[in-house]
Amino acid sequence: MNQTKMTIRDLNLWYGDFQALHGMDLEIPENEVTAFIGPSGCGKSTFIKTLNRMNDLVQGCRIEGNVQLDGENIYSHRYDVNNLRKRVGMVFQQPNPFPKSIYDNIAYGPRTHGIRDKQQLDQIVEESLKKAAIWDEVKDHLDRNALSISGGQQQRICIARALAIQPEVLLMDEPTSALDPISTAKIEELVTQLKEDYTIVMVTHNMQQASRVSDKTAFFLNGYIVEHGDTRKIFTNPEHEQTENYISGRFG
Amino acid sequence: MPTETSTLTTQKTRNTKQLSSKLIRLLVYLSAVVTFGSLLFIILFILVRGVPYITPSLFEWNYTTDNVSLLPSLLTTLIVVGLSLLIATPIGVFTGFYLVEYADRGNKIVKAISMATDTLAAVPSIVYGLFGMLFFVTFLGFQYSVISGVLTAVIMVLPLIIRSTEEALLSVGMPLRQASFALGAGKLRTIFTVVLPVAMPGILSGVILASGRIVGETAALMYTLGTSTNLPTDLFSSGRTLALHMYVLSSEGLHVNEANATAVVLVVFVLVINALSTYLSKRLSKGGK
Repeated sequence: MNQTKMTIRDLNLWYGDFQALHGMDLEIPENEVTAFIGPSGCGKSTFIKTLNRMNDLVQGCRIEGNVQLDGENIYSHRYDVNNLRKRVGMVFQQPNPFPKSIYDNIAYGPRTHGIRDKQQLDQIVEESLKKAAIWDEVKDHLDRNALSISGGQQQRICIARALAIQPEVLLMDEPTSALDPISTAKIEELVTQLKEDYTIVMVTHNMQQASRVSDKTAFFLNGYIVEHGDTRKIFTNPEHEQTENYISGRFG
Repeated sequence: MPTETSTLTTQKTRNTKQLSSKLIRLLVYLSAVVTFGSLLFIILFILVRGVPYITPSLFEWNYTTDNVSLLPSLLTTLIVVGLSLLIATPIGVFTGFYLVEYADRGNKIVKAISMATDTLAAVPSIVYGLFGMLFFVTFLGFQYSVISGVLTAVIMVLPLIIRSTEEALLSVGMPLRQASFALGAGKLRTIFTVVLPVAMPGILSGVILASGRIVGETAALMYTLGTSTNLPTDLFSSGRTLALHMYVLSSEGLHVNEANATAVVLVVFVLVINALSTYLSKRLSKGGK
């Protein structure tokens, strides 16, 4: 049993008057893949964004409760949000590389955190691209604009970019929903490799994907976590009827 | 019987539809022809009337009533445009940044500033001219001078630059900003290294449009910059821009041919500015490294 990396306690979130998340409780174990499943609009994406405080950018968003990273509350006033995001990286649904060269995309994070040395940057770029399994495809044209490569490659560039700041946790918000099956398979394979070094949290619409790659699964419905636990158990022997209905495709 | 009536009506509506679509197409073509035709006509007219009178003496260093040289005005135009942009660009661009990136949307100050820029943009330029005359020329005692003209031009083009900066920044998508924030970058770094390069072409074209506006301006400058024929020697001496020069020449009625020649130079000037703007924004948006 792995140690707990993040702990969420009684988390409530409002957009204006609308309460999007209700009393969330969850532990995210280290070096495992935790998947969030559930129908559209159930709060998965909102929830994953609370883990690196991306919701701070949303106007009218109010959060109560407690999210701990290694036992420290990330919503405490003293907590430095930029440092949090350095430790908790994120990959988005749509590949969103900067309109810069591939090299500059990967080097953006390290440069942000003060690394200027060319040799060191070269090394980080190479390592990150290798970890994201895209080094062989792009090594000969690192100076090309990152927007000129395919969507699947762009998403792996985004993963490499997130890895370049050496995060401890990697959040992935439906990372394959905009990609073709082959790119999806590559990214799923990548996720299984990455969990050796990182704690991974992943939102997915695709139930097979959750069952293939995740160790733990949480099922969301209407802003509540209905059930969470070992992926195998959730998919074979769920405790709640709603979970079973969703997994067997009866709604959602 | 009922079926026959209904087929008749459909036939009828079809005919009306065809007719109206033909009519609309005709209108569209006609408008295109009128627009393009009038532009072509104006340019040809100016060229035909002006080109024969472009002589070396028009470009002599000093203006006299004999050579009616436009060189001092040409240089004054460059000076006025340069100085105005030097002042208006930073103020306008930073205001745009404030409105989009820093101020809360829906905040009262933002609404007030937006309303002020919209209103300023709609004010006729003669009003700027009168304001400039009353405030800079008379009240502050700057006289008819480069500084009065420049400050008036600054107020005039500020809304243009603010608007284009705002639009350019708003067109930069949220996903790019999120990517930067998610990597632990602060607001300043995100704005300068991610947002600004993407928004640059838009901001730049706003600045260039502003310079075009100043080049073509007469009413706002006539009572602030004055109409002295000499090249200004310092900020507090008067001068005239090309457009003003042309206006004065034609209103005096003594040098109509030279006024036409000046018009040619002015048109070329404006075309060069427009071409430069297109070229730069294309180049910048393509490069974007």
